[in-house]
Amino acid sequence: MADNNQGQHKSFYEEGGKGIMSWVYTLDHKRIGLMYLVSVLLMFAVGGILALLIRLELFRQGPTILTAHQYNQVFTLHGAIMVFMFIIPAIPASLGNFVLPLLLGTKDVAFPRINIFSYYIYVIGAIIAIASIIFGGVDTGWTFYTPYSTGSGGKVIWMVFGVFVLGFSSILTGLNFIATIHKLRAPGITWSRMPLFCWGIYATSLIQVLATPVLAITLLMLIIERAWGIGIFDPAKGGDAVLFQHFFWFYSHPAVYIMILPGMAIISEIIPTFSKKAIFGYKAIGMSSVAIAIIGFLVWGHHMFVSGQSQFASMVFSFLTYLVAIPSGIKVFNWTATMYKGTISLDTPMLYALSFLFLFTIGGLTGIPLAALSVDVHLTDTYFVVAHFHYVMMGGTVIAFYGGLHYWWPKMTGRMYNETLARLACALVFIGFNVTFLTQFILGSKGMPRRYYDYLPQYQTLHQVSTVGSWILGLGFLIMVSYLLASLKNGALAPANPWGGLTLEWQTSSPPPLHNFEKQPNTKIGPYDYGVPVPPKKPGTLEGAVHGTSS
Amino acid sequence: MNILLQWWSPFLPPAASTASSSVDNLYGFIFWLTMILFVLVMGPAAWFIYKYRLKPGEEAKPTPRITHHLGLELTWSIIPSILCLVIAVWGFWDFMVLGVAPADAEDIYVTGYKWGWRFEHKDGFRELNTLHIPEGKTIKLVMTSEDVIHSFFIPDFRVKHDLPPGRYTSIWFTPTSKAGSEHQVLCTEYCGDGHSGMLAKVFVWTPEQIRKLKEDGPPIPKTADEGKKVYLQKNCNTCHSVDGSKLTGPSFKGLWGTQQPLTDGTSALIDENFVRESILNPQAKVAKDFAPLMPSYQGLVAKSEMEALFEYLKSIK
Repeated sequence: MADNNQGQHKSFYEEGGKGIMSWVYTLDHKRIGLMYLVSVLLMFAVGGILALLIRLELFRQGPTILTAHQYNQVFTLHGAIMVFMFIIPAIPASLGNFVLPLLLGTKDVAFPRINIFSYYIYVIGAIIAIASIIFGGVDTGWTFYTPYSTGSGGKVIWMVFGVFVLGFSSILTGLNFIATIHKLRAPGITWSRMPLFCWGIYATSLIQVLATPVLAITLLMLIIERAWGIGIFDPAKGGDAVLFQHFFWFYSHPAVYIMILPGMAIISEIIPTFSKKAIFGYKAIGMSSVAIAIIGFLVWGHHMFVSGQSQFASMVFSFLTYLVAIPSGIKVFNWTATMYKGTISLDTPMLYALSFLFLFTIGGLTGIPLAALSVDVHLTDTYFVVAHFHYVMMGGTVIAFYGGLHYWWPKMTGRMYNETLARLACALVFIGFNVTFLTQFILGSKGMPRRYYDYLPQYQTLHQVSTVGSWILGLGFLIMVSYLLASLKNGALAPANPWGGLTLEWQTSSPPPLHNFEKQPNTKIGPYDYGVPVPPKKPGTLEGAVHGTSS
Repeated sequence: MNILLQWWSPFLPPAASTASSSVDNLYGFIFWLTMILFVLVMGPAAWFIYKYRLKPGEEAKPTPRITHHLGLELTWSIIPSILCLVIAVWGFWDFMVLGVAPADAEDIYVTGYKWGWRFEHKDGFRELNTLHIPEGKTIKLVMTSEDVIHSFFIPDFRVKHDLPPGRYTSIWFTPTSKAGSEHQVLCTEYCGDGHSGMLAKVFVWTPEQIRKLKEDGPPIPKTADEGKKVYLQKNCNTCHSVDGSKLTGPSFKGLWGTQQPLTDGTSALIDENFVRESILNPQAKVAKDFAPLMPSYQGLVAKSEMEALFEYLKSIK
């Protein structure tokens, strides 16, 4: 493509000024998105190293490299960092911040000052939470179940307060995106012509705004109980231990959808672009995101089938859980159908999208036995749940996040990465992931409980296979870090539209100017109008009579 | 028959209770159904990627505009919904059976604590981390916790339930395994440093064997080897190491016969009397720098077991 705008216009990197202060005080959604991106990638690295430590400890039966107490702190920190500091902000706050206004054809989010404010809240929350390690560590697990968490040693209050603060960042980002989607769409971008990424982010933001306050209240009650000994959850003080689980999962189950919906949203962009084909079932995909967001509020009890909640409640939660599974299934069918009669190029973002399709389908299907009450009795709190959760969260969201990172990397940095190394890294991540976690389904079916520092001899072989898988996974990410960093320095300059996409971010230069578009973007073509003759707007705006056929 | 079962419901531990068969059938049904569904989803995807991929040097052609297909969309919404409904009803049905113990079940009380399991039979017979039950007898475990939430899991019986402190929960099972078989018990709710050591064993015995056990107690020779078995079986190892490393309680390494400081500022000689008192009334003398967390083992460690334990402690230099 000859529409490389480099040299003609200044990018936001140059226009916004130079030096550290140009970042600290910035109100530009692109810079804030990049600051989030660096932060969440850092958190992913820390959480990932902790995960490798966990797998290394479990390589052999008996004590290996950690004591039981250290092991418990490590898995707690791995969970807390990955959930609250990486996965929840990963897609909406980093990639979402960068591309959402571009996709909507607007200059910025609705409230730029709230946007930078939410970033600093995130940083403060993360520092408070991580400070808990320095001052004594936390060993409660990321779920903070009472009464263990009210009585255990360590700096539980620090960690919990950090998560409490992080929640506000999440709420403000959600609020900002809802307002942006409602009020700042460019002329021509109606609700039914909005890219599906925006629908996914919209549904996510609704959950962030509505569910996160419940977590905040719950954590505050936990802090009150720990600090002043007021009995809310501890039966020894007159509280109810299971009540905490209801409160906690009332947030944390919808939070699972805060994590997966943006991942699905990215896949809905990548698959049409690399198939050069209209998305199949636009309405079904968009509406299923909203359906998941709503029904997702009503299934929290499926974490508690053996906790002592009433059997009638368990029955209702089981049925509702199957109900929420249907929209996810529909999305998978739609993505597959989109590839039918397409022109499929297997560039790195598409490889991630296909990995997602494979891994998320396994993650979804293994939810079926867990939602079946009698089978869940056997499988719950075993490695089967650990594997299911990682297939959805890592095989789903994290893979989608890296797909999105590669998809928008040229747009964000103005550079291309080494495609060969990128494909190699993707393959290693895919293989390593399956070796690590497929084995854990088998471990769980055999009865291996989760959060175990040590295990019975019959589980050792599978644990060793799983640990070897984690090394392959680690190697894949190491290669990714190396070629992405190298691309910043010596990568080829990225064209405005390297993948031949139709959404609006590809109509502006890579990287975009400060105000995103030099001229009002052409919204006459829909985001997925591949293979449709185009009503020309101005000569020279877009090439070819048929869209998406050049690459 | 056994091979057929393993093929139908793979990866499950051996089935040893009446509950296993129906649970395993649903597990197997879901296992094979999801395998088929996986192929039905991934098969077309793989075929499309192969057939429509852009071959090297090939020009991209305009693609047809296919935006939706009502029939197809209804099919892939309705059929999975029906399958899910079937599974949900089936799972609920068996869950209700698991939840209601038959009237003739024999109650045994279970207490979970950090970190072990106490069992109390109706006749007052108490056991620690072992549960002896007569073959074929339906048992109902009435369970509670002394401190934090634990969860009682017997993989071979396909039963599991949490034990929240401050309330009773229950599970029931009828073992189908023959007398002489053993079944592992695991704690499946995270409960701290000793969580993975919070193990117990269910022994299915003949009523005659159990009667003898209750009358005589376990016959144990007083040797260090037997003492080590007691040390492991009573889960002493979750808090007391034998290699000098500091866990929740003091290590046993080189302890016997030494003078040790206590929290009250005095010190004590570690001998038979000290160890006996520490097992039966642990709060009486607490080692310096340790919290008074150990529960009493009154009635849970027999005289013969304790004497074997002395020999083991003497042997750890």
